[in-house]
Amino acid sequence: MNIWLIVIVGGLITFGMRFSFIWLLGRYDVPVTMRRALHYVPPAVLSAIVFPELFLPSGQLDLSLGNARLLAGLVAIAVAAWTKNSLLTILAGFISLLVFEALFAIR
Amino acid sequence: MARSFNYLFQTNMKPSSHFWAGVRAELPLLVGVFPFGMIYGTLALNAGISLAASQGMSSILFAGSSQFAFAQLVHDHAPALVIILTIAVVNLRHMLYSASLAPFMRDLSPRWKILLSYLMTDEAYAVAVLNYERVGAAAGAQYYFFGAGFALWATWQISTALGLWVGAALPASLPLDFALPLTFIAMVVPALKNRPAIAAALSAGLVALLAYSIPYKLGLILAALTGIVVGTILESRVGRNAIPPYNAEEK
Repeated sequence: MNIWLIVIVGGLITFGMRFSFIWLLGRYDVPVTMRRALHYVPPAVLSAIVFPELFLPSGQLDLSLGNARLLAGLVAIAVAAWTKNSLLTILAGFISLLVFEALFAIR
Repeated sequence: MARSFNYLFQTNMKPSSHFWAGVRAELPLLVGVFPFGMIYGTLALNAGISLAASQGMSSILFAGSSQFAFAQLVHDHAPALVIILTIAVVNLRHMLYSASLAPFMRDLSPRWKILLSYLMTDEAYAVAVLNYERVGAAAGAQYYFFGAGFALWATWQISTALGLWVGAALPASLPLDFALPLTFIAMVVPALKNRPAIAAALSAGLVALLAYSIPYKLGLILAALTGIVVGTILESRVGRNAIPPYNAEEK
């Protein structure tokens, strides 16, 4: 796996984006449509990563009540919406996963 | 965050005064950043990334959420090109920051511009832009930005290293990989404040499920683009004024 290639190329691209408009001396502004589109990058990308982790835990669609990751994810979403506290969300989701997995192992 | 710690900007102040004022303004944010650095270190190790590359990511890339995406995709054996594309998409917002700070940094030397661009994270930007809006492009303001950026940089490096150290000691049976999607949930959900954002998240998630079997994890890119387009179109329909500003990485 060419991990270092990813680290270096990813780093160069990220730096390039941070440097872009500063380098252009502030002569140009970001077009309105792009500015608007950029707001949706985080929810879109992060949801695209999260959904398969919850719904396809073993590569197959699993909507059953035995899907511990989906249930724990729903708990985390509820805690995140309720508290808006990141660490609490991660903790609640992680503990629920451990609990659900233990429960399903007994059954 | 607008609290000033009795810092009244004056151009005749010593550079070190500006620097430490920047460090102090960044401190409250560091409390939130530190645990995330540790979680990243633990998860990177868990994803099978070497110690050097995990730490290298924190010092070369130095961008939290894209590092989490990187760890997740390496864990899922995604090809390098898809991982790099994802990093680029996740970090696109830095162009916005660059555009917003550029007018204030116009007269700095190239060396300053490069240094401060490298240090420009969500948290450093938030502190720096508030100060620039207060004092304008005044001489000395770059030391304030540098102080904020450096404080965050040092915190991120130390917390990553600590996470790598702790991660190596945790039992392998813990489902640590699940902390990654949980981290993303913690980032996204509180920011879903309006319908276009919710629609962007749901449509991206749905396409990610439908396109999951497309090779090379390209379904992820397709899903992300779908979400971005859906959100943008809905927003232009609703009208700009109806929508509060969106900040993805409030911590």
